[in-house]
Amino acid sequence: MAAVKDFKVKWGMIIDVDKCTGCGSCMIACQTENNIAPMSEDDASNKVRALSWMLVYELNNEKTYPEYEHAYLARPCMQCGVPACVPVCPVVATEKNEEGGIVSQIPPRCIGCRYCMAACPYHSRYFNWHDPIFPVGMDKTLSPNAALRPRGVVEKCSFCHTRYLKAKDRARQEGIDPMNFPQEYYQTACTQNCPSGAIVFGDLNNPEHSVYEMKKSPNAFRLLEKLGLDPQVYYYTEREWVRKLGDNYLKDEK
Amino acid sequence: MEENKKEKTCKCKLFATCKCCKYLPFFIGFLVTLGFGWLIFPNLMLTDKEQPVWFSHKVHVEEQGEPCETCHYFNEDGSFSGIPNTESCATCHEGSSYVADRVESESGEEGYVMPVETKRALDAETEYMEKYVETGKEVPWLVYQYQPDNVFFSHKAHESITCNTCHIVDGATNDNPVLQENKLTGYSKNTMKMAECESCHAEKGQSNACYVCHK
Repeated sequence: MAAVKDFKVKWGMIIDVDKCTGCGSCMIACQTENNIAPMSEDDASNKVRALSWMLVYELNNEKTYPEYEHAYLARPCMQCGVPACVPVCPVVATEKNEEGGIVSQIPPRCIGCRYCMAACPYHSRYFNWHDPIFPVGMDKTLSPNAALRPRGVVEKCSFCHTRYLKAKDRARQEGIDPMNFPQEYYQTACTQNCPSGAIVFGDLNNPEHSVYEMKKSPNAFRLLEKLGLDPQVYYYTEREWVRKLGDNYLKDEK
Repeated sequence: MEENKKEKTCKCKLFATCKCCKYLPFFIGFLVTLGFGWLIFPNLMLTDKEQPVWFSHKVHVEEQGEPCETCHYFNEDGSFSGIPNTESCATCHEGSSYVADRVESESGEEGYVMPVETKRALDAETEYMEKYVETGKEVPWLVYQYQPDNVFFSHKAHESITCNTCHIVDGATNDNPVLQENKLTGYSKNTMKMAECESCHAEKGQSNACYVCHK
């Protein structure tokens, strides 16, 4: 396993599962920001081939009516501290070695072997089965923040990385340290577009950012924490069954 | 002795007379191929493209005394303005023809002969005014350093380095050079290669992680 790198800045997210209404705004915002084509060539409802860097899952407590509860769980890339995808890549197309702790994915370098997809326990990586085709007119609305990916390569959530680069430029322009700027300078598209404010984004190592304190809450947890991948995405819920489901506890496990 | 005899009786008399000459065709072929590959072929791949309008940085900077920042400045959010659009150029050029006015005031003198340089500036200004300022269209300037869209280059981060380090045109340039476009890739010959970015980053002790430049 690759050595764990320490970063001064570690971007992270806290997603409040209790606040999430499952509306899917984050998914739409992500697809718009990162130029994910709406699958004109294949059936867009084909969940095996559709791309969705941010995906909302529906959870329930498997109980019947009076006790029935459900929750929605939004899943971006976890930007793991010890990523499972990085050491398996034979061409170094994915790395975690840049300040900010975002796992990079360089599609032009990717050979499409999909080892990383097999390695990622969160299913946050997607393979381009087709070239991106945008309906006429929509190609004029593409975002300059993400380059298009051709078919045959893997892609994933980058925490809207171009926004980070732009935020650093803004900090430099205003004479602020680009390693320590206010959290509103850099927010991901999903964070900004969540109508219920369920997503909070910031530097996990910066006491001035709200995620710093929030992640310490006893109600905060991470997905499959038992695997030890040290994800940078936290979840928050007051419901115990969601927390247990998040770490894949067996039904009779204490 | 017997071996020598054999060589001398070889049917191919032109080259096989001595051991060195035996390899001569190979060397000639090698040099020709090398010359073709290094000197001729790369130029066959390039096609020359002229800028749509003659523009002189020298006239604007040295003669008109405009600082670089008038047109090339940083926006409030730290992004770089790049090449000014027609609207920005029109703030000075709208309704006033600098060269034409100057020619008019000077041509009143007796025996006035328009210098070649002035003639060219006059033609360029007239063309620019008619084609772009009056119609409000953008000039399709050719960018010598145009990068692929998966590259994020921050001018702000490179502010301390002089523009000439990467750009071939500066404030003293009078004639914009032709852009040599690669027929196959469509990129300019002057577009900086990743290896050049990387070596400078390495020299200056900057990170060479993928996400420093790529998006």
